[in-house]
Amino acid sequence: MKSAVIVFPGSNCDRDAAVALETMTGQAPAMIWHKDASLPDGLDLVVVPGGFSYGDYLRCGAMAGNSPIIEPLKAHATRGGYVLGICNGFQILCETGLLPGALMRNASLHFVCKPQALRPDSANSAFTSAYAGTSEVSIPIAHHDGNYFADKATLDALEGGGRVAFRYVDNPNGSARNIAGILSENGRVLGMMPHPERAIGGHEGGADGRGVFESLLGAD
Amino acid sequence: MTDTSAILAHLHAEQTEEDAAGHGINAEEWERLTSRLGRQPNLVELGIYSVMWSEHCSYKSSRRHLSKFPTKNEYVIQGPGENAGVIDIGDGQAAIFKMESHNHPSYIEPYQGAATGVGGILRDVFTMGARPIALVNALRFGDPSHPKTRSLVAGVVAGIGGYGNCVGVPTVAGETQFDAGYNGNILVNAMAVGLADQDKIFYARGATPGNPIFYVGSKTGRDGIHGATMASAEFSEGDEEKRPTVQVGDPFTEKLLIEACLELMATDAIQAIQDMGAAGLTSSSVEMADKGGIGVEMDLDKVPQREEGMTAYEIMLSESQERMLMVLKPGKEDLAKAIFEKYDLDAEVIGMTTDTGHMVLTQFGETVCDIPVAPLADDAPNYDRPWVEPKPRAPLDLSKYPEPEDYGEVLLKLMSSPDMASKRWVWEQYDRHVMGDTVDSSQSMGDAAIVRIHGTNKALAICSDCNPHYVAADPYEGGKAVVAEAYRNLSAVGATPIAITDNLNFGNPEKPDIMGQFVKAVEGMAEACRALDFPVVSGNVSLYNETDGKGIPPTPVVGGVGLIGDVSKVATLKGAQPGDVLILIGETKGHLGASLYVREWLGLKGAEAGPPPPVDLAAEKRNADFVRSLIEQGLVNAVHDVSEGGIACAAAEMALASNTSFFIDSGTDVATVCDLFSEDSGRFLLAVPSKLSSDDIQDWIDAFDTSVKWSLIGGFGDHSPGMYEEPYLAISGASAQAGIYNLVELPLSRLREAHEGWLPAYMAGVE
Repeated sequence: MKSAVIVFPGSNCDRDAAVALETMTGQAPAMIWHKDASLPDGLDLVVVPGGFSYGDYLRCGAMAGNSPIIEPLKAHATRGGYVLGICNGFQILCETGLLPGALMRNASLHFVCKPQALRPDSANSAFTSAYAGTSEVSIPIAHHDGNYFADKATLDALEGGGRVAFRYVDNPNGSARNIAGILSENGRVLGMMPHPERAIGGHEGGADGRGVFESLLGAD
Repeated sequence: MTDTSAILAHLHAEQTEEDAAGHGINAEEWERLTSRLGRQPNLVELGIYSVMWSEHCSYKSSRRHLSKFPTKNEYVIQGPGENAGVIDIGDGQAAIFKMESHNHPSYIEPYQGAATGVGGILRDVFTMGARPIALVNALRFGDPSHPKTRSLVAGVVAGIGGYGNCVGVPTVAGETQFDAGYNGNILVNAMAVGLADQDKIFYARGATPGNPIFYVGSKTGRDGIHGATMASAEFSEGDEEKRPTVQVGDPFTEKLLIEACLELMATDAIQAIQDMGAAGLTSSSVEMADKGGIGVEMDLDKVPQREEGMTAYEIMLSESQERMLMVLKPGKEDLAKAIFEKYDLDAEVIGMTTDTGHMVLTQFGETVCDIPVAPLADDAPNYDRPWVEPKPRAPLDLSKYPEPEDYGEVLLKLMSSPDMASKRWVWEQYDRHVMGDTVDSSQSMGDAAIVRIHGTNKALAICSDCNPHYVAADPYEGGKAVVAEAYRNLSAVGATPIAITDNLNFGNPEKPDIMGQFVKAVEGMAEACRALDFPVVSGNVSLYNETDGKGIPPTPVVGGVGLIGDVSKVATLKGAQPGDVLILIGETKGHLGASLYVREWLGLKGAEAGPPPPVDLAAEKRNADFVRSLIEQGLVNAVHDVSEGGIACAAAEMALASNTSFFIDSGTDVATVCDLFSEDSGRFLLAVPSKLSSDDIQDWIDAFDTSVKWSLIGGFGDHSPGMYEEPYLAISGASAQAGIYNLVELPLSRLREAHEGWLPAYMAGVE
């Protein structure tokens, strides 16, 4: 699988994403600096990693959402390429409009980092098929702004379209309908607050995040 | 427009002894200054002398005592004297680490004070070429009932998280304690650990004459210029001069600075480098000049500035954050500039190194400072402050106090006491997992965090320790105990302890009793460091921590680093399995002086709490080395060191971490207050698979060292199957009158509620 990781100033899970991709796909991703105005040809997957792009001094992801690399990212998504946005990456995807809704400050107002129980809500996507038959997984979260919000019609559409990829078992941040991750309409863009790249085994995060990458490897 | 002639006149003004006193320079130091200079200084020069000769930069009260620390063993590459200590961790790699305080700023402005403490310690580490891989913090707050404590906890924790989380370095371990002695003077000590290749380590030393001095990072502003007394004598008019002396942190810029510096360091462009920490541009340029034995010439008009009209005095004394100073090799300016441009960071050549041995500064085309470098650093005052031997405390007479009626209540009280209660509320606000190599963090309540060395199956174990109650009770024994606990904690996860960094927080050194605490604590620590082959490689001294004229409890914090050769062979306190037996390594003598039990249950304070447990360093080393050998052989399921709260609290923590019932049995040595809650040093609890017999354990000991003492004191899992529906703990005692009876019988859930409940309830303002 040919993949790339976008690096914004302030991204800090770019290396984690690269390690996870290399471990799981056997192929190191291309690391793309945000000022580059193009992506390599023939990519299967682009990961928008976690971190604090531009310090998140403005609304989370707002600055990165207007970066030069966003146009090529949108083109990649438009032609059906896979996009995985994790944590700050999810926030950025919402800012670009590739995914609906927004991530607000956690209801507790505190940053929260902990192992998080999730329910894979749809095993029908290219990102979640490996979770078929799994009722609960534990994937770590670490965020200050993970409180997913969208209007009722959007939430209904997400649920109706099988586009809720993961839900929190014990909602840590106030997200609407316990949503932890959502898919685009064509199912080829996933944004999620939990960090699957921090749960590939051999560390405190556990190994339950491997399923996201295993699913992608098995996808068309 | 800036009135340059007025500024220059202000800067050139000849300073008097009275002006110097206003800068904290006493009569003796004034004499030394003017004799070295051969004239009176101008304002810029006086400012530079005052910061370089300050306690913070010169260590003038502590220097002669710090030299008592051992600073070398076979692993040490760089001991104290550089930005951070460096140890050899094999395979051509090095771990670089240091701890530093940000106490006063954090009390004044907790969020920014703590945040910039994290930023500063990170710079100390990446300045040397290391990628920071872990952060640790040691926090001491006032009494929970003090009106400021809650907001200080909230602000400091948010500040540490706000900076560390954003910069993307995991905060993996720490300690948080409370005591009325810190009511007006909290302690915020931050430690950073970094990883570098041994052939890519950068030092402040090594600069030669004729090379460009390169300034990178944030612009220089007026933040952090020292002290309100100073500002009142300043030239500028208006409110800007009253800006708070606490600096403001920008973790985003720090993140860019890390990446840009590491990128530049991968080339061969840097001759010497120093971060701009305390005393900013002054100390960074003086350090590099002094260590290289050279001079510097800088044009302050070239320094990137945040606002107009800044004077040379302000530029030199600013403590604006996220700035670095380096001396480049000739012809590398363009390469360096291109890298910093990529990250949108300011980068300017602001001067040249010279062979004059002088620091020469110009502003608006005129020389505003010309002083020899050597006296600023090498010739700084070095005091032998008078001190008195701390008064030994009378032994604790336990017979004066009733035996508790309900041992369960004692255990609940200790486990929910502010020092012992779970700090989940704190560490859940820290990203502990970024960088993907955290094998074990605060999350498991373990003795030390375990961080894998990226791309290998080796790991570093990292801990921070200090029991200020012990040090207050007996600085010498307490000092030994601090170092011994770090040794124990690293060993308890299976690591070989390598070296420590220290952060010595004390009161006013001009008071002989405080100085006595300092001297004896240092001597006790030094003895332990020698006995354990556990040298000090870096550190920081924070003095004048006083509240209403009363010093804080003496708090020499130690940050320990150990090496794990195979990360698959570690132990934590959470692995106990039902059926495991509970083994105590070490000897229980029943020492309760200065313990959590006497403080929290008996409510004793100060001298009446008695002396701390004496530390037998030979036994510490023997027992720790034995436990480590068991872990390496994969013979134990869980390990925990016995410290505050004794065996009862240590076993309770192991049971909570693995959610397993446990019992401490009658018919063993354990049955009294002394046995359960004493804090004798050098002890560990082990959960050992029950398939191993006592003979096996004795065999291990015989093969290791027959003087290791051990006893079987209980086990994990249901003691009386079917008796309880949920995990529980039972401690039984035995007496001639009553036979065998249960001293403690508690569902684990109740213990967990007490342990986990205190801090969230406190922070929510629930009484």
